Amino acid sequence: MRITQGCFSFLPDLTDDQIRAQIDYCLSKDWAVGIEFTDDPHPRNIFWEMWGHPMFDLRDPAGVMLELAACRKANPDSYIKLIAFDSTRGFETVRMSFIVNRPKVEPSFVMTRTEVAGRTVNVAITRA
Amino acid sequence: MNEIAAAPAAVADAVDLREDFKSSGVAEILEELDRELIGLAPVKQRIRETAALLLVHRARGKLGLGDETPTLHMSFTGNPGVGKTTVALKMAGLLHRLGYVRKGHLVSVTRDDLVGQYIGHTAPKTREVLKKAMGGVLFIDEAYYLYKPDNERDYGQEAIEILLQVMENHRDDLVVILAGYADRMDRFFASNPGFRSRIAHHVEFPDYSDGELLRIAETMLARGDYGFDDDARAAMGDYIAARRVLPHFANARSIRNALDRARLRHASRLFETPGPVGAKELSTLRAEDIRGSRVFAGGLAHERKNP
Repeated sequence: MRITQGCFSFLPDLTDDQIRAQIDYCLSKDWAVGIEFTDDPHPRNIFWEMWGHPMFDLRDPAGVMLELAACRKANPDSYIKLIAFDSTRGFETVRMSFIVNRPKVEPSFVMTRTEVAGRTVNVAITRA
Repeated sequence: MNEIAAAPAAVADAVDLREDFKSSGVAEILEELDRELIGLAPVKQRIRETAALLLVHRARGKLGLGDETPTLHMSFTGNPGVGKTTVALKMAGLLHRLGYVRKGHLVSVTRDDLVGQYIGHTAPKTREVLKKAMGGVLFIDEAYYLYKPDNERDYGQEAIEILLQVMENHRDDLVVILAGYADRMDRFFASNPGFRSRIAHHVEFPDYSDGELLRIAETMLARGDYGFDDDARAAMGDYIAARRVLPHFANARSIRNALDRARLRHASRLFETPGPVGAKELSTLRAEDIRGSRVFAGGLAHERKNP
């Protein structure tokens, strides 16, 4: 099951050139680009592992691509995403994130609905 | 497939080098270099040659003549204060205009920025700097401090290895300029043959002559709306001759410091003068402002030869 989260996840996987162009856009906005990876893409898992520090003061995507290559080498069968952090006062948050690497076989999730008191339904998403 | 199909269309019959020279903005940078930097004739000549080489290389590429990306890493050798950093900045602009680096910024570092303090600290630190320099020019000042032959466990070696690897594998991504004193750089290259072979352009910066330093002094003053009167100009000439033989002479940097101190004396002289002062007095340095320098008394007390 294809995991969809962040930007571009309904599109075909980005090529390296496309990733480079996106990073270039982020850097042109003075956002700090960071790399995160995980083997648990559950939607409730909001804490992915960080690959090194977020990269401040970069001018060119080549630096990020270098780290991305290292991260892919170390975690070839993981989800890897790039996040772009905007430090502008008032934002101070991630402005953009997109998945750049997926495992060969993506896990699927099933949704179980449980009827509880009254007409309330509890929903649980679990790995199939 | 696409490349083969597209190739004939992209190949032009002829390239007008003159036109290329103007439209790429290279001419502008070279003019700026001539205008802003006094002296340094051999350096300007080398930069002109490098620019010509790169223009021709680009023209060859346009005509579909196969050519490898030229190695652009350089070493700038010369005494302190001869303008190595300034020229490096211009070089970054030049390479950017010609499209050999993508962003054209200059990241200036020394040993402290590259070498860590404990095991495992150096590699991430060096890589951090390299990532920042990607797309631009990495300027390593006093590069020979990276290599300390007397300590085989020095972490500098690790930084050198990473640098060499990046200089080889990421030639399209960044240009490295090593800078430092000529004799120590020679020793550094002798003990690190890897560097010598990866650096194509060795540029030597000569010391400025006394006349050039005087012109530099006047340019520096003019930038801040100051000026010499005739006596002060003569005094500055004497000052330069006297300063040159004292230790720690750093060419243009020494001149800048001397002018800062002269302005200090100028200010306190005006402050002592009763009555109003006009724009002319406020902007003219007089001989006494220059002659007040310790250099005329033989330098600092501990530097004097016969106290």
